[in-house]
This record gives sequence, structure tokens and C-alpha cells, in this order.
Amino acid sequence: MWSFSNIADSIHQWLNETFHPSVAVIFEMIIAGICVISLFAVLGLVLVLMERKVSAWIQIRMGPNRVGPKGMFQSVADTMKLLVKEGMTPSGADKFLFNLAPFIALVVAMLLMAPLAFAKNFQMWNVNIGVLYISAISSVSVISILIAGWSSNNKYSLMGAMRSGAQIVSYELSAGLSILSVVVLAGSLNLNTIIQSQADGWWIFKGHIPVIISFIIFIIAVTAETNRAPFDLAEAESELTAGFHTEYSGMKFALFFLAEYVNVFIVCAIGATLFFGGWMPFHIGHWQSFNHVMDFIPSSLWFFGKTFFLIFVIMWFRWTFPRLRIDQLLNLEWKYLLPISLFNILLVTAMAIAGWYF
Amino acid sequence: MSNTSKKLNNSTVSPSGLGAYFKEVFNAVKSLFVGLRRTGYYFTHHKEIITQQYPDNRETLNLPERFKGEVVMPHNENNEHRCTGCTACELACPNGTIKVITKFDITPDGKKKKAIDKLVYHLELCTMCNLCITACPSDAIVMAQTFEHSVFDRSQLTKILNNPGSKIMEGIE
Repeated sequence: MWSFSNIADSIHQWLNETFHPSVAVIFEMIIAGICVISLFAVLGLVLVLMERKVSAWIQIRMGPNRVGPKGMFQSVADTMKLLVKEGMTPSGADKFLFNLAPFIALVVAMLLMAPLAFAKNFQMWNVNIGVLYISAISSVSVISILIAGWSSNNKYSLMGAMRSGAQIVSYELSAGLSILSVVVLAGSLNLNTIIQSQADGWWIFKGHIPVIISFIIFIIAVTAETNRAPFDLAEAESELTAGFHTEYSGMKFALFFLAEYVNVFIVCAIGATLFFGGWMPFHIGHWQSFNHVMDFIPSSLWFFGKTFFLIFVIMWFRWTFPRLRIDQLLNLEWKYLLPISLFNILLVTAMAIAGWYF
Repeated sequence: MSNTSKKLNNSTVSPSGLGAYFKEVFNAVKSLFVGLRRTGYYFTHHKEIITQQYPDNRETLNLPERFKGEVVMPHNENNEHRCTGCTACELACPNGTIKVITKFDITPDGKKKKAIDKLVYHLELCTMCNLCITACPSDAIVMAQTFEHSVFDRSQLTKILNNPGSKIMEGIE
């Protein structure tokens, strides 16, 4: 049967037969890099179009409908425009840091791709501390925002960057704690093992109430971490023009934009992996025949279906809720989410020890 | 100072204590779900889209009854209008859009009678406030529903509303 792992295996075999193994490894790295970059481009185009369509339908509008059939090439046209625009650097800016910041944002998003399992046996890096790696790398993204805000030499940018710093550092805590509840139940930091542990049901069903609570906290915290409305204080169009990327234009702005959408994809992929079983099809306990029918749907479809559902949920939040004030934002984290998730992790631990899950 | 801050705190958390606090949190969460339900309803009901696909539906475009595009002066088949030249519209206009230039006609019995020579209308100044229409005692001017007003030169927006050679209808004073 057709699958990502078959293609990867046959390429691997062919390269090893044709070249010396060490040369083959270099070729494989190049191929993986090209795949990641093209996935980035495709995700950027698809997610921007999806966001515009979702927002339009939520606000009873039509959305983009001129370029291509049903407006499908709107984001391609936008990318072309951004490519030919001048990437200006303000004269008062710190030039080196100003040009460095968008690349840090993009590289962080790229690094986070590495441990994700896109399909069955299809993963770039099967690392045994995958969850730790993800939570460590994702906190680097705040550096790019701080650098961008600082080096722009602009009050709006600096304000946005400082807000974003306070926000991401706070929400990292409850995101980490909610991820931890699944780690406690699965007993592993390896993403592959976590997916395998959901072969008889996804954690959101097996772990019932405490895991549902931690999923809700997770989705709130990652919305804040990716700087999206209702937590988009770092950009806050109506107050700070565009926050940390006020001074950016052309391709440098596009990189920030792309990194934002890829980050949304990545956090949703992590949420899908931890709570909804990643590529694992919908299985119920020991219903052999039902599980077998579900296995006929390719694992990559399951993964992307779940991820895009979560992306839709986050977009739904964005176009429904009003933006929080900075004090409300920090209140929500430190007075509500953090105590709840601390109590929740205790509950999950007790549940894991006593075996009160399915 | 401390008194005012206490008052502010009390206004956000109602004084009756723990029950009210949890009720407030519950209501806040509930209102979020009400919002999600509303937007989810709109998302799944594309038929309720109210956007008019303007250049495509130009022939079948349905404008609301009260849509105001520009001021026009209707003429009947004998090239007659209802304007007496009373300048009520000119006086009513808040930004000098209308200029009534009057002349004196000689009636058959030798009397001089006031009539309009030109009714100049500056579309570029008009805000479509409708005050001139309500001020007109003889219903000589009305709002038309045309809205494609773009021209290449600003001077083309200055219009003379009465047709050349037109005169006032019989019986309008």
C-alpha cells in the first residue's frame, strides 16, 4: 500500500545501493531539508488562505474569490507581491540584529519540525526526549521577537516585544504542565512511544476529565504562545500598528508571517500527537474489526486531519474572542490556569498510580 | 487613595464572597461558549452571506429604498420641472453644495416672475445628507440611486440640474 514510510524506505535503499553510505546520509539530509522547506511554503500558502476563508465565513463575508478558482491562488499572488517588495532596513535600526531576527523565528519553527511524526514510521528524528526538546526549542522563539522589537529602534516595536516576552514566558508554564499530564500517563518523553500508547484509544478519551482539562489549558496556552488573538498583544494592530514587526517589510516580514503560521501548525500537530494520537487511527479498546476498518484510512490523513481540525479551532477562537488587556492576560495565567494545571497534574499523577484510566 | 482602590476592587468582584466569585467565572466561560456558538453558526450557514457581488451583479443589483446617490431634478415629457427658484435648498445645505442662479421671466400679462436660470450642484462637495430634499417646498429635487460617479476630472462633478431650455410646470408657485 502507498505510504510515506514506503517512499522514504525505497529512497533510502536506492541511495545506499548507489552511493557510499556516508554520501547517502548527506543526500538524505539534503532531501529532508528540501522537504521541510517545501512543506513550509505549502503550509504558509494553505494556512493563510484557510485563515482568510474561515474569518470571512465567520463574519458572513465571501473571502478571497477572485484569483483562481474560488480564490485558491490568492495567497500565491500575495507571496509574489511580498517577494518583489523592497526589504527595507530603517537607518536608526541595529542592522545586524534587525536582519537576524526573522531568520531566528524561521529556524526555530524549522527545528520544531524534526521530532514530529507525520505518518506511521515517518519521522525525521526519533529522539527519546521529543517532548522536552519541543518545549525547550519553542521557548527560543521569544528571542526572535525580542530581538526584532529591540533592534527596530521604534517604541511600538519595543512595546510589542516586551509584552510578548511577558506573555510567552508566562504561558510556557501551563503549556508545559498540560503536556506533562500526557507524559505522566504515557510514561515516556518519546513522541513515538506516546503515539504507540494510544493504540487502544486516544488519551483524550482514555484519560477522561483530567486530560480534557489539560487539553483545554494546552489549547489556551499555545494560542498565547503563538501570539494569536485573543492573545495577540505583541502585534495588537489597533494599539501598536503591528507590534514587533512594525518596521519589517517585504520578505523579512513574510518570514515572520510564515513563522507564525508554521508555529500554529506545529503546536496543533503537538496537540494532535499528545491528545488525539497523532497518526494513530481512531481505535476503541479491543474492538478488533472496528479498529481494522479504521486502519484502512492512511495514517498521514489521520495526522493532517486532526492537526487541521485543531488549527480550525484556534482560528475559530481568533475570530470570536476580543483581545485581552495585558493585566487580564497575566491574571488569567497566574491566577487561573497555573493553579488549575498544578492541581490537575496532581490529579493525573494520582490517576496514573491508581490506574483510574482506561 | 486606598479607599478608591478598594472601591474599584469591589466593583469587579462582587461583595457577597466565594459563591459570587465562582458564578462570575462560570458566567465568563459561558459567554465565551455563547460567542463560539454564534460564530460557528455563521461559519456553517454560508447562505446568509449578505455581500453583494457588485461588478458581477450590476444588472440585478438591488439597492435599498433609502440609498442616496446624488441629487437630481426630475423633468416631465414637456421638459418642465417643479423648481420655483426659492433657494430653500441652497439655504438648507450645510456645505454650499447647491447654488441657485435666478432670472426674471416676463409673464404674458407683463409681470416679472422669478424663475431659475441654473441650479448648480457640486457633487464633489455633497455628503448626501438629504437636507435639501426635505427643505424643498415643491418636491422639485429628489435623491437618485446612481452611485458610479467616478470621472477623470473634478470639474465634471459640478452639474447643472435643470435641463437646457426647461421651464417651470403650470400651477407651481
